[in-house]
Amino acid sequence: MDKFRYLPMTEKDQHEMLETIGVSHLEELFEDIPNEIRFQGDLNIEKALDETSLVKEMTRLAEKNRHLKEYPSFLGAGVYEHYIPSVVNHMLLRSEFYTAYTPYQPEISQGELQGIFEFQTMICELTGMEIANSSMYDGPTALAEAAMMSAGQTKKKTILVSKTVHPEARQVLKTSAKGQNLTVIEIDEKDGVTDLDHLKSEYNEDTASVILQYPNFFGQIEDLEAAEKIAHQGKSLFIVSSNPVSLGVLQPPGEYGADVVVGDAQPFGIPTQLGGPHCGYFAVTKKLMRKVPGRLVGQTTDDHGQRGFVLTLQAREQHIRRDKATSNICSNQALNALGASIAMSALGKNGLREMAEQNVQKAHYARKQLEKNGVKVVTEKPFFNEFVVRLPKPVKEVNEKLMAEGIIGGFDLSRFYENKENDMLIAVTELRTKEEIDQFASVLGGVQ
Amino acid sequence: MNEKNQALIFELSKEGRTGHSLPELDIEEMDMDELIPSQHRRKEEPELPEVSELQIVRHYTALSRRNHGVDSGFYPLGSCTMKYNPKINEDMARLSGFAHLHPYQEESSIQGALELMYKLQRSLEEITGMDQVTLQPAAGAHGEWTGLMLIRAYHEANGDHQRTKVIVPDSAHGTNPASAVVAGFESVTVKSNERGLVDLDHLREIAGEDTAALMLTNPNTLGLFEEQIVEMAEIIHEAGGKLYYDGANSNAILGITRPGDMGFDVVHLNLHKTFTTPHGGGGPGSGPVGVKQDLVPYLPAPLIIQDKDKYRFDYHIPESIGRVKPFYGNFGINVRAYTYIRTMGPAGLRKVSEYAVLNANYMLRRLEPYFDAPYTQHCKHEFVLSGKRQKKLGVRTLDMAKRLLDFGYHPPTIYFPINVEECLMVEPTETESKETLDEFCDAMIQIAKEAEESPEVVQEAPHHTVIDRLDETTAARKPVLRYKKEA
Repeated sequence: MDKFRYLPMTEKDQHEMLETIGVSHLEELFEDIPNEIRFQGDLNIEKALDETSLVKEMTRLAEKNRHLKEYPSFLGAGVYEHYIPSVVNHMLLRSEFYTAYTPYQPEISQGELQGIFEFQTMICELTGMEIANSSMYDGPTALAEAAMMSAGQTKKKTILVSKTVHPEARQVLKTSAKGQNLTVIEIDEKDGVTDLDHLKSEYNEDTASVILQYPNFFGQIEDLEAAEKIAHQGKSLFIVSSNPVSLGVLQPPGEYGADVVVGDAQPFGIPTQLGGPHCGYFAVTKKLMRKVPGRLVGQTTDDHGQRGFVLTLQAREQHIRRDKATSNICSNQALNALGASIAMSALGKNGLREMAEQNVQKAHYARKQLEKNGVKVVTEKPFFNEFVVRLPKPVKEVNEKLMAEGIIGGFDLSRFYENKENDMLIAVTELRTKEEIDQFASVLGGVQ
Repeated sequence: MNEKNQALIFELSKEGRTGHSLPELDIEEMDMDELIPSQHRRKEEPELPEVSELQIVRHYTALSRRNHGVDSGFYPLGSCTMKYNPKINEDMARLSGFAHLHPYQEESSIQGALELMYKLQRSLEEITGMDQVTLQPAAGAHGEWTGLMLIRAYHEANGDHQRTKVIVPDSAHGTNPASAVVAGFESVTVKSNERGLVDLDHLREIAGEDTAALMLTNPNTLGLFEEQIVEMAEIIHEAGGKLYYDGANSNAILGITRPGDMGFDVVHLNLHKTFTTPHGGGGPGSGPVGVKQDLVPYLPAPLIIQDKDKYRFDYHIPESIGRVKPFYGNFGINVRAYTYIRTMGPAGLRKVSEYAVLNANYMLRRLEPYFDAPYTQHCKHEFVLSGKRQKKLGVRTLDMAKRLLDFGYHPPTIYFPINVEECLMVEPTETESKETLDEFCDAMIQIAKEAEESPEVVQEAPHHTVIDRLDETTAARKPVLRYKKEA
C-alpha cells in the first residue's frame, strides 16, 4: 500500500510547497539529523492493511476474548459492569467533544467546560464534599495523589492505609510514596473491616493521613465515624475511597467528616475495557481547594455579564508552576468524566437510588442462595454489592468449572491475600438476573 | 456556534422525570433496614438532575455545538499534535470483545487482548528503538514520572544515591520539572543558545556526579532538532546519568530517526498525540514507556509476554519499581493506537513524519515575512513565531489568538515555550491539506495587517463566538466550582 486516506498531500502540493520553502527535495528538511542516527530502511512492524482487512484482523482479536456481554459475570473487585444507557455512547460520539483538546480557549470550549462543571457538581453531590476536580486517571492513582497531597498539606511523612483498601491501589500508593520518600504503614484487617485498634496504635504525630475504602475491597461497610475520630486526633487528613454507586444508598463520606474523597466513576456509563480508561474522581473540603491536583472548571461571566466557564486556579498546575506544582498531572480522563455525567443524568436522583438498592438486594439474594446451596459465606457484617465465600478448592479451579458452564466467576482473593487461599470475592450488580444468580449458586454449591 | 446561554442540566430538572430504564427487580424485595442498618444509609438524596432522554440528548448536543474539535476545523495547537482521529479507531475500541472485558478475567479468556497488547509493545519498541515497552502509564506526564522512577531505581541499585538532579531545558514542557519533583528529584535548568538548541557548554558545566538524568524533547518544543544529540548523550552518559526522551514530539521522527539510536535510555510516547487516539477534551490518553536493557529489571509489573502460541502476564519482576496504575494501562486507548499502526504500516508512518515536517516548514516560510521568526533553520513538525512586532502596535499574541477564533480556527499554542517573547507555536500535522494551510496563513496575514491598520479589531476579538472573553480574574478570586440549587 502506498496510498493513505489520512494523508491529503499530492505530488503537486509537495512540489509547490518545496518551492515556497526554497529547497528541491523533501530530504533537505531533515539534513539537521546527523547521518549516524538516521534510521535506514523500513521499520520492522506489520505491513499496512486496507480498511476491510483491518476490521477483519481486529475482529479476529476481539473474538478471541470472552466478554461480559456474552457471559454473566460475578467479577467486581474495583471494576463493575452496570447498566449503560445507549444515550451515553451516542453523546460521547459527538466529535466536538472527543476530538477537542483541553479547553484552554474558553470561547470555543464552553461545551466541554460546562459539561465538566456539571460533573464536578455531581461528584460533590454524591460524596457530600464541597469541591471536586475535573477527573484523575483512575481511582487508585487518585488515592495516591490524595496521600501525596496530605503529606504536602500536613508536612508529615507517614500514610496509614487499611489492608481493606484495594490491593492495587495500595501498590500504586507505595510506588508514589517512594517518589516522595514517604512511609506507608498498612493497617490490619479484622472480620473483613479495618482493625481500628491497630489503626489507633499506629497513629502518631507523624501521620499525614488515614486512608479507608468505603465500601471496602471485600464489599463491607467500614465504621467511618470511628475511623474519623482516630484520623482527626491530630492534624492528619482523613481520606476515603468510595465506589460512587454505593453512595446512592450509603451515607456519603463527607457526612462523616472526610477531608478527601476519591474513587472511580467507572460504574457510571464507562465500559470495563480490561481496566482502562476509567475515570478517577477527587473531592475535597473547601479548605483544601487550592491544594487539589489537576484541572478545575469555574463559573464566571463575560463582558456582557453572560455566564461562562473557564479553567481556573491554574496557579496550582504544572504548566504554570513547573517544579513547584502540586502534582505533575496534565491529561486526565475528561471524556470519561463527560460519559459518567451523562449516565448520572440519565439515572437521575431516583434512578441512582434504585440502582444502588438493586445492587444491595441482588447481592444479598445471591448470598442467601449460596448459603442455601451449602457454600460457606465469610462476610457476616453489612455489605454493599460484594461479599466473600470460602470454597473447598482453589478459586482458579472453580472458575474454570464455572467458565465451562458459561459463567465468569468471582475474584480470587488468594492473588493478594496469603490467608485467603480459597476465598472468592463475589460482585452482584443490577444486571445479574435471578436465573443467573441461581445457576451460579448451584454450580458453586456443587463444588466438592 | 451562535446559541445563547445553555442552561445547566440541573436547571432542566423537574421532579418525577426519568431518563433511564433499569432492569426490573426480579427477586423478592427484602427490607433495606435488615440489609444495611439505617445508621449507614444516606439521609439526604444527592441532587442529580431529573430529565428525560431527549432532554439529555438536546443538552449534550447543544454543549457539543459550543465546542471546537479537530472535526470542526483546523487545530494547529503546537506541541499537542491535533491530527485527525480516525473513525475506525473508535469502532474497533467499541467491539464488545475489547470494550467489555474485565481486568480480572482468566488469561485464557482474554488471549486476543493480550495478543494485541503484546504486538503493540513490540511495534512501539521497534518505532522507538528501545528494548522493552510497558503500556501501563495513563498519559504523558504519568509516563515521565514512571520513567524517572525507573532511572531512580537504577541509580539506587548501583548505590548512586547522590544522583538527585534532573536536568531540563528552559524550553521544556511544564510536566518535565513537575514530574522530576514528584519522582523525588531536584529539577535543574539547562539554557538554550541563540539557535534555540541546548547550550552544550552549559550542559557540560552542570552535568556531574549528582546528575540522575537529562530530560529532552527532540525535536524540542521550538520544533528544532537537537543536532548535537549524540554529543549530549555522551556528556550525560560520561557523567553517569541517563537520557530521558519526552515523546511529545515524536510525530516528526517516525521511521526517520529513533530515540534509542540517538542514545536515549528511556522514552515515553503520547499515543493521544502521535498515534491518533483522540484527546477527548483533556483525556484519556495513554503514555507507554520504553527502556533500554539495563532498565528492564525495574519496569512495573505485569509485562505481556509470548509463551509459545499463548500470551500471558509476567508478574515476575523482582526489582520492579512497583505498580504505577491499576491493571494494564488504558487498554481502550491502546486498541485505537494499534488500529492506527496497522492502518499505516512502516511506509505510512514514515510519510506521516515527512508530511508533518513539510507542512510546518511551508507555513513557516509563508508566515515569516509578517511575524518575527526567532529561529531561521528548517523546523521539524512545528515552529514558533514571536508577536514582538505586533506587540509594539499594542496587539498582543493573546489578541491574535482570539482573533483567529473569528475565522473558525483553534489558535496555536501561545506563550509557550516560555523563553520566546509573545510566542505563537504552530503545529499543522500531516492530516491537513495544503488548501487548509493556505487559508490559515491568509487569515494570519490578514490579522498581521489588521494589527497595523485597525488594531482594535484584533484587541477586541473574538467577535463571532458564543461568548466573549471571560473574566478569569474573578473566576480565580471568588471560585464557583459547582452548581448549588437555590433554597
